[in-house]
Amino acid sequence: MHIVDGALSNPVVIGGAVIAAGGIALGLRALTVEKIPTAGVLSAAFFVASLVHVPIGPSSVHLILNGLAGVILGWAAFPALFVGLLLQAVFFGFGGVTVLGVNTVNIALPAVLVGMICGPFIRRGTALTATVWAGIGGALAIALTTLFVALSLMLSGEQFLPAAKLVFFAHIPVMAIEGVLTAAAVSLARKVKPELFHALEVAR
Amino acid sequence: MAHLLGLGETGAVGLSPRPSPLVRRLDPRGRILAALAFAVVVTGLSSLTALVAALAAALALLAVSGLPVATTLKRMMLMDGFIVFMLVLLPFSTPGTALLVVPGGFVASAEGLRLAVEIALTANAVILALMVLVGTMEPVVLGHALARLRVPERLVHLLLFTVRYIEVLRDEYSRSRQAMQARAFRPGSNRHCWRSLGQLVGMMLVRALERSERILQAMKCRGFTGRLPLLSDLRFGRIDGLAAVLFLAGLLGLVLLEMCLADLA
Repeated sequence: MHIVDGALSNPVVIGGAVIAAGGIALGLRALTVEKIPTAGVLSAAFFVASLVHVPIGPSSVHLILNGLAGVILGWAAFPALFVGLLLQAVFFGFGGVTVLGVNTVNIALPAVLVGMICGPFIRRGTALTATVWAGIGGALAIALTTLFVALSLMLSGEQFLPAAKLVFFAHIPVMAIEGVLTAAAVSLARKVKPELFHALEVAR
Repeated sequence: MAHLLGLGETGAVGLSPRPSPLVRRLDPRGRILAALAFAVVVTGLSSLTALVAALAAALALLAVSGLPVATTLKRMMLMDGFIVFMLVLLPFSTPGTALLVVPGGFVASAEGLRLAVEIALTANAVILALMVLVGTMEPVVLGHALARLRVPERLVHLLLFTVRYIEVLRDEYSRSRQAMQARAFRPGSNRHCWRSLGQLVGMMLVRALERSERILQAMKCRGFTGRLPLLSDLRFGRIDGLAAVLFLAGLLGLVLLEMCLADLA
């Protein structure tokens, strides 16, 4: 779901970079000195999780799990996912340079939104509520990401409309899978270590 | 990271290390700025000739970078695999001179085809230059160079922690997968598989959190106050200056080429 260089119009690229910088700044402000190791190791964990391939039908998809990242990291998901995208671009050749800001916004803003919407239910609800909301959050994050990708393309030119639609519909199975996986991950983590969902709260 | 990517920084095997290729001897800060400048200039180009020249320049950089050519190009193609759908759709969704009519009423336009080619050339040239100029650095060097370029310290620390633990956590992931396999887990398209993988991810995050608690304690024992001293010996020497002048001349050449061709057209 990475957008590459050269596809987007200048206003979209610049707007994305500005929003990304704002989000990263907010995220970094939430990270006190004590929380940096935690955020760093969790960011590495999400990077590794994104290398996991999940079989679906004859093919397989790789995970994004930005909903889960938003629930656990909050605003810190912005810098954490930015670091992941930067490493992917530099060392794997996925994505691009000028579009790094847009790509960060498209992945991290849904993460933060899902964290805000579903986070409270996951932290304080019963086991069943938490699992259900985690499933919703996992799917919602991917849906929002594809919508943002489609929006970035459409704002750049009418001719991208079919591609934008394709991105959205092709990701419906991914939404289902991310939902199921996020629900299972949250359900397990709540049993084993509920502190995970408070890991980056400052007052503890 | 090097193991993860299948690339060694030095590539030196045996007794006599090979002299490192030119690109790797240049100042990392200069390389980062060069990759950024290249990206901005090339994204701004629209003449196909200038874009082909830019891609050729990136390929030339690849040749002198010492990166394994086949692996790097394969990685670039992998990205093309992702965008190919968008590129194939573009000729059909852009109005303009009809070039090809597919039965069913779909018309491919010359303008759309040109746009698709333009995007493909830009994307490949920029990402190749990035991999050659910046991807040849050790991730830790990248972090230090970014810090020297005034990227916020906390962001750099986050980057350094992330690259430090990616490999550790990936090994942990492989061990878990092996343990699952030993218990007859077979990946497939079914709920059981997805649930198991979800629980694996959950467990990975739990372990990551516990590991980070141990790391913080160990760091506090050693007097961690929130600052990681960045020991780096970055030096911008004469050869860096020369490389910078040559690179800027190349970029200027691309811009001039674009302007001349625009006048002609």
